[in-house]
Amino acid sequence: MSATLFGLAGAALVGIGLFGLIVHPTALRKLLAFNLVGAGVFLVFGVVARRAAAAGLAGDPVPQAIVITGIVVAFAATALAATLLARLSGPEEEP
Amino acid sequence: MTELLALTLALPLLAGALFIVATASTRAALFGFFAFGLFLALAWVALDAVDVALTEAAIGGGATGLLLLRLNGRMRHPVSLGEPAGPRLKIAAGLLAALVTLALGALLLALPEPAPSLAAATVEPLPTLGIGNPVAAVLIAYRALDTLLEIVVLLIAVVGLRALGTDRGWGGRPVPWPEGGPSPALVFLARLLIPAGLVFAAYLFWVGADAPGGKFQASTLLAALWLLAIMAGLAPAPSSGGRWTGRALAIGPLAFIAAGAIGIAAAGSFLAWPEPVAKPMIIAVELALAVSIVVALVLLVAGPPERETGR
Repeated sequence: MSATLFGLAGAALVGIGLFGLIVHPTALRKLLAFNLVGAGVFLVFGVVARRAAAAGLAGDPVPQAIVITGIVVAFAATALAATLLARLSGPEEEP
Repeated sequence: MTELLALTLALPLLAGALFIVATASTRAALFGFFAFGLFLALAWVALDAVDVALTEAAIGGGATGLLLLRLNGRMRHPVSLGEPAGPRLKIAAGLLAALVTLALGALLLALPEPAPSLAAATVEPLPTLGIGNPVAAVLIAYRALDTLLEIVVLLIAVVGLRALGTDRGWGGRPVPWPEGGPSPALVFLARLLIPAGLVFAAYLFWVGADAPGGKFQASTLLAALWLLAIMAGLAPAPSSGGRWTGRALAIGPLAFIAAGAIGIAAAGSFLAWPEPVAKPMIIAVELALAVSIVVALVLLVAGPPERETGR
């Protein structure tokens, strides 16, 4: 039951992030909101892992490992987006 | 009792997310994101996924937050992608968000019972690998290809970051801190934290085989310590033109692919670990991966090179 509570919180995070993604006009705030959506999706996935507890483990390790990979990939994408933004906001290159 | 704990952790998550989206100040939203990341890590602990909690605290909250905070400081003007949303768009977005949340929640409540699980299949061959932590075993053995491609994604991000740097900065180093020198308090903090952090990172790396921890968490900690040293002016940032940077970035994936090729010859398939030497091979590959991950993370957070090195 407590795991499902986190899952519902994850679903709410996806909704809140989606709202921010649409409503905020600035790119940095969109990036933040997008990270919230990602956090919510991971949390939903974590609940799926927790429900599948078996073989003496507290959760299914396969979804957990995939979430770890997902967090790192999300970070790489955020870093790339951040560099794009820095370049967009920077001054024009001198010839 | 556990429901109470879940509520006390889930409510700050929602409040934090609402604050991040609703606050007018971008800076406040970024600090809110740090706090949100820590609460999210605690939620992962409550879900009995300590490996994920460590990764979330280190990369999801810490490194992403630092990256965006630095970006906010470096941006000369906010990049706007459109007009501020009018009331109609806000209502439509709110309805869409509510719909998605309700659909996800309904799906969660309708999950099949009993839940399908691969836990038993994961635990069974653990002794042949010499690893006691099932999550680490999934990452390095059963889904090794995912982990290999994850490193490659980090490298692609580094390549993209370099491609976006200015021509003048090519071959230089990232600017450590925009204006002024580091404060004495920061230098003192760096001197105090770095030795202890190094010991803890080594511990995390080693204990990851049998308990929560592992190469990613240890590498992130090392990268954070390096970034701290860069900000305090105690260590240089990796030079994008330096020979060592490129070699350090390449050694992890190359070692992983080489081990995979050995797997074809010795165990019959790519990335299979030959049983008698599985543990030493895994440790060697993880060490090489850790080197690449540390350099890649530092480069990704520090940003593209912006000036020429003092020659």
